[in-house]
Amino acid sequence: MKKLMLGNEAIARGAYEAGVRVVSSYPGTPSTEITEFASKYDEMYSEWAPNEKVAVETASGAAIAGGRAVSAMKHVGLNVAADPLFTMSYIGVNAGLVLCVADDPGMHSSQNEQDSRNYALASKIPMMEPADSSECKDFMKKAFELSEKYDTPILMRLTTRVAHSQSLVELEDRVEIPVKPYEKDIPKHVMVPAFAKQKHPKVEARMQALAEEAATADFNKVIMRGTDIGIITAGISYQYTEEALPDASILKLGMVWPLPEKLIRDFASKVKKCYVIEELDPFLEKQIKAMGIEVIGKDILPLEGEYTAAMLKDKILGIAPKEMASADEPVPVRPPVMCPGCSHRGVFYVLSKLGLHVSGDIGCYSLGSAAPLFAMDSIICMGASISAAHGMEKAAGRDFAKKTVAVLGDSTFIHSGITGLIDVVYNKGTSTVIILDNSITGMTGHQQNPSTGFTIKGEPTRQVDLVKLAEAVGVDRVTVVDPFDVEKFEKVVKEEIAADEPSVIIAQRPCALLKKAGYTGTYRINPEKCKNCKICMKLGCPAISITENGPVINETLCVGCGLCPNVCKFGAIEKVN
Amino acid sequence: MNIMIVGVGGQGTLLASRILGAAAQNIGMDVKLSEVHGMSQRGGSVVTYVRYGEKIASPIIEEGGADLILAFEQLEAYRYISYLKEGGTYIVNTQKTDPMPVICGTAKYPEEILEKIAAKGIDVIACDALALAKEAGNQKATNVALIGVLAKHSTIEKEDWMKALNSTVPPKFLEANLKAFELGYNHE
Repeated sequence: MKKLMLGNEAIARGAYEAGVRVVSSYPGTPSTEITEFASKYDEMYSEWAPNEKVAVETASGAAIAGGRAVSAMKHVGLNVAADPLFTMSYIGVNAGLVLCVADDPGMHSSQNEQDSRNYALASKIPMMEPADSSECKDFMKKAFELSEKYDTPILMRLTTRVAHSQSLVELEDRVEIPVKPYEKDIPKHVMVPAFAKQKHPKVEARMQALAEEAATADFNKVIMRGTDIGIITAGISYQYTEEALPDASILKLGMVWPLPEKLIRDFASKVKKCYVIEELDPFLEKQIKAMGIEVIGKDILPLEGEYTAAMLKDKILGIAPKEMASADEPVPVRPPVMCPGCSHRGVFYVLSKLGLHVSGDIGCYSLGSAAPLFAMDSIICMGASISAAHGMEKAAGRDFAKKTVAVLGDSTFIHSGITGLIDVVYNKGTSTVIILDNSITGMTGHQQNPSTGFTIKGEPTRQVDLVKLAEAVGVDRVTVVDPFDVEKFEKVVKEEIAADEPSVIIAQRPCALLKKAGYTGTYRINPEKCKNCKICMKLGCPAISITENGPVINETLCVGCGLCPNVCKFGAIEKVN
Repeated sequence: MNIMIVGVGGQGTLLASRILGAAAQNIGMDVKLSEVHGMSQRGGSVVTYVRYGEKIASPIIEEGGADLILAFEQLEAYRYISYLKEGGTYIVNTQKTDPMPVICGTAKYPEEILEKIAAKGIDVIACDALALAKEAGNQKATNVALIGVLAKHSTIEKEDWMKALNSTVPPKFLEANLKAFELGYNHE
């Protein structure tokens, strides 16, 4: 049976068919659906971990104990998990271990455009890269074979256009693989210097052996057509190549590290001109050039963003794209915005009004940096809001700290904000931290997390109590407040930034997209009472726009959250039904 | 066949593309879909691509490559004109949603968009799909009303569309969505 599947769903299906027992991940676009789909198979234990490091360690433990395991993350998640990654390369596995990492060329939903293939090189771990959903499934199964054969974790690299594209996949049955016997083996599993020194040469030998297998393996494919142009490519770039250059010969690499030198040399010798087509870094190109093989790559193709077939036709064949019809005038951009009813809007309205420095973080609330709120000064990475605010205080002084808050979500706080908070308390900082507790991990599409009280399967579980947690690390000033009670929220923020000790404000209100938000009806602006002061426009709500006769509420967008009547000084905003 | 669905995050373009993908699979074609998840889903401009035929390589449709564009919103229709092939068809929902720069007053929502598109010699089919969805009993079925309009102008048989709807729409919402589909299908 063939099924139309998202690349991420096919990865989960591959794990299922390969007899995987444990999946542990932290959500991150474009990787999230791998674990969501995995959790639908009852034969595999699946979980959301607090962060990617914990997830990879959990999967590593599972593999050491003898059960096939998977962890999936976005590219920047692999930075968080880099510590266990490098050492698991030495330890190897018992049962197979596959770590899926999804890069985001073009940064559809990311803060940088890093190329995770560099991690394969640096950590000496083989990396496979599928080009469609069918390969996603097949490569997962192959990866488990290789992992166990060569005693190594395997990295499975995806990019957005593979992870988030659907194509047809042939479904097969799951192979039940019993948990392998566990043996206490200190030199293999304990990476102290004496044992690690014994391991390192084995790692080098394993990569050598893998490179030899890669020369004849069926995951690397040679498609010989003409001899004028040869293309070496992998992943989604292969699809663009097929689209743009149907007459070219192609060496399609299914494993992007280690590389099959003989196969590459052989292919390059058969064509007059050889190109390397790869998005982001010249990863393959540099390695191939180091083999002394002449190839053309980044000299003509960009280092940034996604490629297109039209771009390849232009750069390689010199066929410029045709001029197409376009709009007669500039079309206003439509950037993403906080949803109507978003629980974060009250917070950023107040922060914007008070003109504070806001040390921000990763999540839906990153949108607080956009017009008209402009209420976020910096965003670095998951959890950095608190530690960066602490650094700001240490550099710029106490007066600066009195005008500064750190803002992050509940899931981000658990991920790596808590360690920053400990730093503040331990090192005598006075930062004010606002945790936006909306009862869910929002931006990645509603995943449960340790503070929601539910597991990935929706089963009730012990809930991390954010108040007790903050108190336990030594914060004496902890306040829970509804950010839609704008007056009270403003008062609390003013008090806490003035305090000479660290404080935590938990802004509690569910995400508007959750049923439990319970919003009904809509609001309208009564033109009789409206004085056209436009204060409601400062909320940046997509449901309120300005007309010649003053602001109006778009009833198809309004969810009835009730924030705007709380800022209107004239009682002009009234509930409809 | 290359079809683009463009709209505003939250309008249900994703489900629409999945219904289309399922319908194409029902007629035995190779299918590829490219979706948008994450940050840009939050009220931003969203594009999904659906391609079907004998053998499909890239999941992406490029400028000048779309046989048909289904636009859920007028400004988004205006934005993607360059993606339509010569002689291609534009199905446009007449709904308008102001983007943030218009809300903030730093940009103006262009006037008479449908007329301007048609003036380029493009075949425009306009439809008030929100009204059809409301008539069907659920304004969230706007996306499926538009799929109904698309179905009428496609080479896929109606029964393959019905099968696709039954396999992709959650049972709870099926009744209103089937009604919306019919209203779209019979829209002139």
